[in-house]
Amino acid sequence: MEPPAGGRREVNLFAQVVQWFLDPGNWSGTRGVPSRLADHLAYTVQALLIAAVIAVPLGAWIGHTRRGGFLVVGAANGLRALPELGLLTLLVGLVGIGLLPLTIALVVLAVPPLLAGTYAGVRNTDPAVIDAARGMGMREHEVLTKVELPIAVPLIIGGLRTATLQVIATATIGAYIGLSGLGRFLIDGLARNDYTEMAAGAVLVAALALVVEGLLGALQRLIVSPGLRTAQTRRRAPRQAPVVAGGIAS
Amino acid sequence: MIWSWIPGNADRILALTVEHLRLALIPVVVGLVLSVPLGWLANRYPLARAVLVPAAGVLYTIPSLTLFVVLPGILGTRILSEINIIVALTIYTVALLVRTIADALAAVPGLVVAAATAMGYRPARRFLDVELPLAIPVLIAGLRVATVSSISLVSVGALIGVGGLGEFFTEGFQLQFPTEIIVGVALTVLLALAGDAVLLVIGRILTPWNRQRAGGAR
Repeated sequence: MEPPAGGRREVNLFAQVVQWFLDPGNWSGTRGVPSRLADHLAYTVQALLIAAVIAVPLGAWIGHTRRGGFLVVGAANGLRALPELGLLTLLVGLVGIGLLPLTIALVVLAVPPLLAGTYAGVRNTDPAVIDAARGMGMREHEVLTKVELPIAVPLIIGGLRTATLQVIATATIGAYIGLSGLGRFLIDGLARNDYTEMAAGAVLVAALALVVEGLLGALQRLIVSPGLRTAQTRRRAPRQAPVVAGGIAS
Repeated sequence: MIWSWIPGNADRILALTVEHLRLALIPVVVGLVLSVPLGWLANRYPLARAVLVPAAGVLYTIPSLTLFVVLPGILGTRILSEINIIVALTIYTVALLVRTIADALAAVPGLVVAAATAMGYRPARRFLDVELPLAIPVLIAGLRVATVSSISLVSVGALIGVGGLGEFFTEGFQLQFPTEIIVGVALTVLLALAGDAVLLVIGRILTPWNRQRAGGAR
């Protein structure tokens, strides 16, 4: 079934991948697409929630008090250099095999962009706005929760988008330590030299990343305060900025 | 951590470090060369920008392992070929830099461009001698991100058998030998930080006017 030579196999790859997706056997059971997709999303959401619980309050506090900002910048830059596969394999040695090492690795990955986004959003709030809030008699925690955080929402979601994409991409390597998720199609396909399965898995991961990215973009437009939204559209009045690329490359 | 493993395997550590750097840095250089004309196009023509910038964003969302795995089918290379890693990381570099360069060029003050035109600079020379140098600070910032993530991402290639220092991760995992993994992680981080520092210095050297301004302000 698996001719090693190049030529014909490449021509047929597209058709073979389509056929793979049409095969009902690939859609049922714990080895099927829905089950592994659900696992993949579960790993992703779990890691993002934990990262948000850590990063958003911390970033908001650092941004509000304006103390320790260098820590945020340092963490955001330094952790980018950390190879996730190395971290994951190392964690397996430390805490044993299972969901825990993957979750820790994904949280480490997701915290810096969320932290940086929250910090930058809160930190860059117009000082006049903060003065006005204080002048109205708001207490410090009210200034933070009622003024600075809502104004920071676009940047927080920008951080969330970056974090989500990275976590979805990296959750694939969980398959390497025996977990489920869409990475299984890549790792199992590789082990069996089944290029069709690998390609199908690749399509699934890329599609998931794109769909989630689109959904988060929509969410961003939905929950950003209308006041901020009009200010933004007014500033870039003549041409609508392309939406897709927003906030990823940061 | 078994320290004696390090001198005993110095040759292999060195060889994998060299492979790691080759796999990580060729894409950054090629990506930079490709990105400059693309970024120029995106800045010059709104239509090109409307196509290139979103396309770059989409490319950047594709996970690295996915690209490593799917490229052999598209390129006709063998799955164990280094070319897959190099092409994949080049794609990421371009995806990151096209937008950066377009934004950096857009940020060059119109008066400066007008002054250069008035001095008789033709468009090609004006771009190379005036606009591009003024875009260097932003460009270097983008290159630093691209370099650090490229060096970090190479190791994922170990899952498909070509990954420089990443081989220490898969091997250390299979043999349950953390020393190897720690050495691989430490060296990868060191390489990334070194690459970052080198670019920082290059940026300083290439923008003497910024240094003078900082010195004058004191």
